[in-house]
Amino acid sequence: MDQTNPLSQARRQFLKTSGMGLGVTALGSLLPQNAIAQTNKAPHAKHVIFLFMAGAPSLVDLFDYKPDLEKQFKKPLPESISQGQRVTAMTRGKEQLVVPSMFKFNRSGENGLWMSELLPHLSKQSDHLCILKSLNTNAINHDPAKTFVCTGSELPGKASMGAWLSYGLGAINKDLPDFIVLNSAFWTGGTRNVQGLYSRLWGSGFLPSKYQGVAFQTNGDPVLFLSNPKGVASDVRRRMLDAAGELNRKHMAEIGDHEIETTISQQEMAFRMQTSVPELTDLSQESKETLEAYGPEVSKNGSFARNCLLARRMVERGVRFIQLFHRGWDHHSILPKQLRGQAYDVDQASAALIQDLDQRGLLDDTLIVFAGEFGRTVYGQGKLARDDYGRDHHPRCFSGWLAGGGIKGGISYGKTDDFSYNVAENPVAVRDLHATLLHQLGIDYQKLSFPFQGLDQKLTGVEPARVVTEILS
Amino acid sequence: MTTRFENHRFKLAGILRHTLSLLSLSLLVLAAQLCMVKPSHAEAPIVNFNRDIRPLLSDRCFHCHGPDEENRKAGLRLDRRDGAEGAINALTPNDAAGSELYKRITSKDPEVVMPPQAAHKKPISPQESKLFQSWIRQGANYETYWAFTSLKQPATPSVSNDSWAANSIDRFVMRKLDENGLSPKPVADRRTLLRRLSLDLTGLPATREEIANFLANKSSTAYEDTVDRLLKSPKFGEHVARHWLDLVRFADTNGIHHDHYRDLSPYRDWVIRSFNQNLPYDDFVRYQIAGDLYENPTQDQLIGSGFNRLHMIIDRGTMLPEESHARNVIDRVTSVGTAFMGLTVGCAVCHDHKYDPITSREFYQLYAFFNNIDATPETGGRSGNDFKRGLQKPYIELPSPEDQRQRDKLLAQTASLEKKLVELKAADKNAAELDNNEDKQNKQQIKQLENQRNALRGELTNLEMQIPAAMIMKERDEIRPAHIMIRGAYDDLGEQVERGTPAFLPAMADVSDRQSNRMDLANWFVSKDHPLTARVAVNRFWQQLFGVGIVKTSEDIGAQGEWPSHPDLLNHLAARFVTSGWDVKALIKEMVMSTTYQQSSRATPHEYETDPENRLLARGSRYRLDAEVIRDQILATSGVLNSKMGGKSVKPPQPEGLWKSVSLPSSYPSRYVPDTGDQVVRRSVYTFWKRGLPPPQMTILNAPTREDCTARRERTNTPLQALLLMNEQQYMKAAQHLAVQALNLKAERRLPGIYETITGRVPDTREQEVLQNAFNDFESFYSERPALAKSLVDDNIAPHHAAHTIAAWTMIINTIYNLDITKTRS
Repeated sequence: MDQTNPLSQARRQFLKTSGMGLGVTALGSLLPQNAIAQTNKAPHAKHVIFLFMAGAPSLVDLFDYKPDLEKQFKKPLPESISQGQRVTAMTRGKEQLVVPSMFKFNRSGENGLWMSELLPHLSKQSDHLCILKSLNTNAINHDPAKTFVCTGSELPGKASMGAWLSYGLGAINKDLPDFIVLNSAFWTGGTRNVQGLYSRLWGSGFLPSKYQGVAFQTNGDPVLFLSNPKGVASDVRRRMLDAAGELNRKHMAEIGDHEIETTISQQEMAFRMQTSVPELTDLSQESKETLEAYGPEVSKNGSFARNCLLARRMVERGVRFIQLFHRGWDHHSILPKQLRGQAYDVDQASAALIQDLDQRGLLDDTLIVFAGEFGRTVYGQGKLARDDYGRDHHPRCFSGWLAGGGIKGGISYGKTDDFSYNVAENPVAVRDLHATLLHQLGIDYQKLSFPFQGLDQKLTGVEPARVVTEILS
Repeated sequence: MTTRFENHRFKLAGILRHTLSLLSLSLLVLAAQLCMVKPSHAEAPIVNFNRDIRPLLSDRCFHCHGPDEENRKAGLRLDRRDGAEGAINALTPNDAAGSELYKRITSKDPEVVMPPQAAHKKPISPQESKLFQSWIRQGANYETYWAFTSLKQPATPSVSNDSWAANSIDRFVMRKLDENGLSPKPVADRRTLLRRLSLDLTGLPATREEIANFLANKSSTAYEDTVDRLLKSPKFGEHVARHWLDLVRFADTNGIHHDHYRDLSPYRDWVIRSFNQNLPYDDFVRYQIAGDLYENPTQDQLIGSGFNRLHMIIDRGTMLPEESHARNVIDRVTSVGTAFMGLTVGCAVCHDHKYDPITSREFYQLYAFFNNIDATPETGGRSGNDFKRGLQKPYIELPSPEDQRQRDKLLAQTASLEKKLVELKAADKNAAELDNNEDKQNKQQIKQLENQRNALRGELTNLEMQIPAAMIMKERDEIRPAHIMIRGAYDDLGEQVERGTPAFLPAMADVSDRQSNRMDLANWFVSKDHPLTARVAVNRFWQQLFGVGIVKTSEDIGAQGEWPSHPDLLNHLAARFVTSGWDVKALIKEMVMSTTYQQSSRATPHEYETDPENRLLARGSRYRLDAEVIRDQILATSGVLNSKMGGKSVKPPQPEGLWKSVSLPSSYPSRYVPDTGDQVVRRSVYTFWKRGLPPPQMTILNAPTREDCTARRERTNTPLQALLLMNEQQYMKAAQHLAVQALNLKAERRLPGIYETITGRVPDTREQEVLQNAFNDFESFYSERPALAKSLVDDNIAPHHAAHTIAAWTMIINTIYNLDITKTRS
């Protein structure tokens, strides 16, 4: 603040006469609202970074190595495997001919985890990774499936993961939102079959909306309406808030409604965010090495790489739940080209994120989740060449990975059958993933509930869920 | 039930239940205090089953011992007293210690105690088990659930202060106050009253002129005259409709997958028209459920039936059509449940309802009414005008006479050109032997005519794109059979079911000679003995005026809903509503004419803490205005509001890139292109609503996404709201407009004038001083920084004024727009 201008003088005068320091903090909103749900044990993690791969990455081309499928090229998928599985309108009634992956797989890390050649950087981090090969869901279409992963229900109206955590655990910091969403603004490999997103994916559903995710914008203000309008200097805003605060306090005294105090404290928080958010998104203090580790795209606003780096900065500043959406994974055709592009976008950046957090001693506190909404079929769609094919939606199994946050590294969990079509061993339903995630943050998934429409609503829904204890370190 | 309730002494349990659901620390403190001031009496107070026991049974027991037959444990159902599996098996009336239920809930043995640990239900507390004990000792009587009993006009109570009561509402409220040892607040001052009335009935604040007129009007009917004036204002319909549009999830896009454009605006305009014309609520219900089934339906009846088209809908391509169909119908039935029954019937999609007596079979019997739509279950391909118009058959077009004339003309012209073309082409075919010259001429003429025809077609398309059209409901000729879907799966069909209504409600009128239809269902909803329709509607209107419903959970007045704060008042108003001929304006007038409504909201901090939501109505309600009202108030008080009614939804500016960040490139539309001119300052009820990402100016202030039915909005107070009100560009521009107007006033009238325009109040000395000091600071700051001042001021708005003066006034107005009293109804 410019100390000589009339507004700074007014500010000093104001602080002297009103006896007010900075505004009252909204202490109430910092407290957990559902302490009963917390387990007695100390939580393993404080933060979650959920890398959501909207559109559904192909498992057989990235994580689920099936070399024997080579022999099955263009052979029909046995009915003993498909078992009358329902399909989408796109491949209904069509032949189901197997197309093996065209990509090479390599072993990496101490335990020799198999990973596709499309993920060279991530392979180097495989000692940190727990690859889940037996994720499964019910929905076969994107919208309900994404809604299911993000909120535990295929239908809109339920609370999202991040909202549940804010509700259950309260905020860690008082200058930033507790749940932040970062959407990639562009991606490599073409814009065919790009995924739509919906604010319900980070909404609060039936929970109070203060728990909803705040979607940061790529261009303009990262937080909507953050910047003062043209011509309104920070000093002016400060002076305006002092005047408003003074009148609000006067009205509080006359009317008696303490809600007015909340208004004052939220205005003060808004003012602090006008400083804390630009500080958060300013990468000028990042070292050259760090920036290089995330890859060349990190310099572009809205890139997945930049969002990964921002996620790390958010963890450092006490943001609880950060969700990234990358949405070009729906490869019904020309999969090899498009998948290469998507892998290029996420491989180096997510590997750098793991490494960066690890170097700063934050990986143990931070659970990273990488998953889409379902998998893709082993049978092809579109052109069926060795090096050009597509794959349809497949809910019965899909792959993802976890890192940090008290999860065992260097392992894979769960198995699919020879056709990567059914879960053969150790299934992990989406609700199990939810239960595990909550558990790592010190929450009993069965107790974290909110009464709505006559039910004790839970992230894990009404079907039985379980914490996948086998993967916990 | 009512008499017992009337005689009851204050009881902790009811309050406890309601406080727990509020998760409010302060209320818990209050409850503890009340506990101390009300020592327990040797003789236990009379326990009311519906208020005290049923909610506990519902919450802790019904999950396994309730209406859901499939999941019922140990052959015991506690929602009914008698019958083979009835509660009587676990109860010995008058003998708590000998009752299995009581033994189980008080057992220390983890193997025996109910609810069992594995159920993850809250254990029964000592206070709660005491209630059970008293109830069993008093005979363990069951009562029909209050909301399912037929409507009877309860006797109006006599109260301590008769002169306070303006109408019967006040007597019911006063009785509750008497019971709690509270007294009402005095009537609010006239400025507050007028502001409250104007905001509540029209969603807009009173103008300074209206304030002056009201203050000058010394007649004893001044208040009532104002009520009548506001009820007659067309703005009334715009405001009341908004609440309805939340409830029925009205929006401008599909909401699924591509989230394409879907034009339902004629339905929105019909809702506004209906409230303004005071269409009786029973007809309002009939039009929506079955408007298409009237004999020779009117245009409005058909448009109203568009209620059945408001659900989210996927575009063709990925989902299987039969699944889409099932989802649409389930959505339709669920919204009928929420909007007209106030019940969560959707729970019965997969299994019998766990709390309310609705079986899965009964859900699909309701489903059967809505199953027979003559429309594709997914929106169609991208070609053709329908896609661009956001329409899907069946629909009716609503051309203005001028549109129709123009269209007929274009059609006739096109037809005559076509005819000529056919002739010419035939001639051309036969003209192989004609000489080249003539052939050439002929071809040229064909080409010319074709160009003309294409131009006409283009003109016709342009015209048709502008013609409003309303999607409606329509039956297929052959009735589509309905089946129970096993666990809600569209591809796992169980037994076929006939159309029918749930057995716990009065039977539908007999139509044995034919298959019953939606009109029969609509008539059943509004029949005199239906216990739910009027209660649910009245409760919502109450909520609109008092901030919280008499039943707080206005989306659910079933067993898991909250106990009403004033059950008899709700019954009274509902019964009156029916006998009045479902007269909505009369109902609202009765509410606002009550002294209860007119109380001052000034109270002590202690009173606000003990009853933050004002459930006891010991003061005037005070709560934050809805997003739309906040925006409309800014537009209105700054003088820029365009009060044009109706038409297609409009797009005021929003931060750039929002739609792009969620849309598919092939979404229609995928980018937000704001409107221009005075379209951007229309009332917010006309703002375009993309379900995938609704306008942030609305959602930041708790507007729902309109993906599902919302009977009540919550009200939060967040930093993002503060940022919105501080920095939103349209609001900032509005402030500049008001600044320019202020400068037309005499210097000493400026500050009070602005303050009164925005808040309806005259600033006192202190308020004036605070603002004047701020103004002086702003003005001297900006006069030293002319470039900064210039960058704040929009030359189109204030071309003739000194920039630093406009800048300073703009910031003062911005300050007042950000006051708590401005965004609050008090």
